[in-house]
Amino acid sequence: MQTALIGPVDLTLAGGEIAVLSGASGAGKSLLLRAIADLDPNQGEVVLEGRAREDMAAPDWRRMVGLVPAESGWWEARVGAHFRAEPDPAPLLAELGLADALDWEVARLSSGERQRLALVRALQLRPQVLLLDEPTSALDPEAVSAAEAVIRAEAQRGVAVLLVSHDAAQRARLGDVFYTISHGRLAAAA
Amino acid sequence: MSNYIALGWSDLALAALFLLVNAGLSIWLRLGLARQLLVAGARMVVQLLLVGLVLKWVFGAASLWITLGLALIMLGFAGREVRARQARPLAGIWGWSLGAGVMAGVGLMVTSFALTMAIRPDPLWSARYALPLLGMILGNTMTGVALGLDNLLGALEREKRAVEARLLLGYDKWSAMRPQMRRALRAGFTPIINSMAATGVVSLPGMMTGQILSGVDPQEAVKYQLLIMFLIGGATGLGVLGAVLGAAWRMSDARHRLRLDRLSKAK
Repeated sequence: MQTALIGPVDLTLAGGEIAVLSGASGAGKSLLLRAIADLDPNQGEVVLEGRAREDMAAPDWRRMVGLVPAESGWWEARVGAHFRAEPDPAPLLAELGLADALDWEVARLSSGERQRLALVRALQLRPQVLLLDEPTSALDPEAVSAAEAVIRAEAQRGVAVLLVSHDAAQRARLGDVFYTISHGRLAAAA
Repeated sequence: MSNYIALGWSDLALAALFLLVNAGLSIWLRLGLARQLLVAGARMVVQLLLVGLVLKWVFGAASLWITLGLALIMLGFAGREVRARQARPLAGIWGWSLGAGVMAGVGLMVTSFALTMAIRPDPLWSARYALPLLGMILGNTMTGVALGLDNLLGALEREKRAVEARLLLGYDKWSAMRPQMRRALRAGFTPIINSMAATGVVSLPGMMTGQILSGVDPQEAVKYQLLIMFLIGGATGLGVLGAVLGAAWRMSDARHRLRLDRLSKAK
């Protein structure tokens, strides 16, 4: 698969496995994630369990292949308006220390709160693939371990995770396979 | 129109004195507006004198083709104006053609409707009726379309993250852009709604004033004004809707992506 700025990239993610991706700023990490989610125009073949992406409507694809960007987007004043009623987000919110967050105002969220809320929002769709762009960059150590536990639990449920992280310790804690990207080219790393 | 009072050139020169007084004040108060004021005033005089000449010739010629040709020129100027009023219009031919196309569609449709169903002049395409009608409809539709487009494109650019967050949660492109589209429609409709609500209370519409000054019975002038306001309201509504839907369609693609790359380069 390739876009105007990155690739060609050849990458296979396995269910239940966490692949971590690192690389300098501007190397194309976020662009690769966006291209897999089909958010930017791209050419090539992307397949989920034998089904080609182009054979599905883009919204269906994105429900199965969830991307949580580094900067989350919000469109209503209240946090709760951004969540579905089913499945109940409360247990996951509590696990991440955000038990009563649904009543909060979006304008008053800290960046760490936004980050965790965006993760929960994406997980409500029960995606088979999770693309996480620096999901813990704004979190304190306690919140990082809670978020990592949630990500690990998703992998154990059989989800294929592709995680961008700048933090070597986090890569070591979470990663099953490792990749680096530089000037839009992907390479396997030790 | 027996009691119509024709103006002499000296009457106009006297009225122009007010503008000169303003320019003098600007110089005295060092507002730096005198030059702009005089240039704008001179432009207005030349443009209107030319239009008067052209219209006199067109009315005399009574040709369908000349009428259509002038209508096209008016559309061209309106299309240019719509593009110029947007901070970042659509790139390429779309930046020109979407606004102009929508206005051509509703402008010609509503004008023809008024000529054939309501006013029924003889001949139907008589320039004396067709061109002023089209002008009033275009002038108002232009404002609405420009506001609607500018609002939508600006919002999609500013709120890219929110739109893409909705796309990523599996919304289709129309649902993902709905809040921005709704606000753009509102922005486009607001001037015409305001002007309908204020008409007759705050301001006497220019056309009605003109008819009354030229000796038409006020009640007859009101009927004409109502007709025009209905036409303008209808044309503006359809024009804004068409422009906003068209722009939203162009700003997204078949794979439900937000295509900000289809905006022209930032100024």
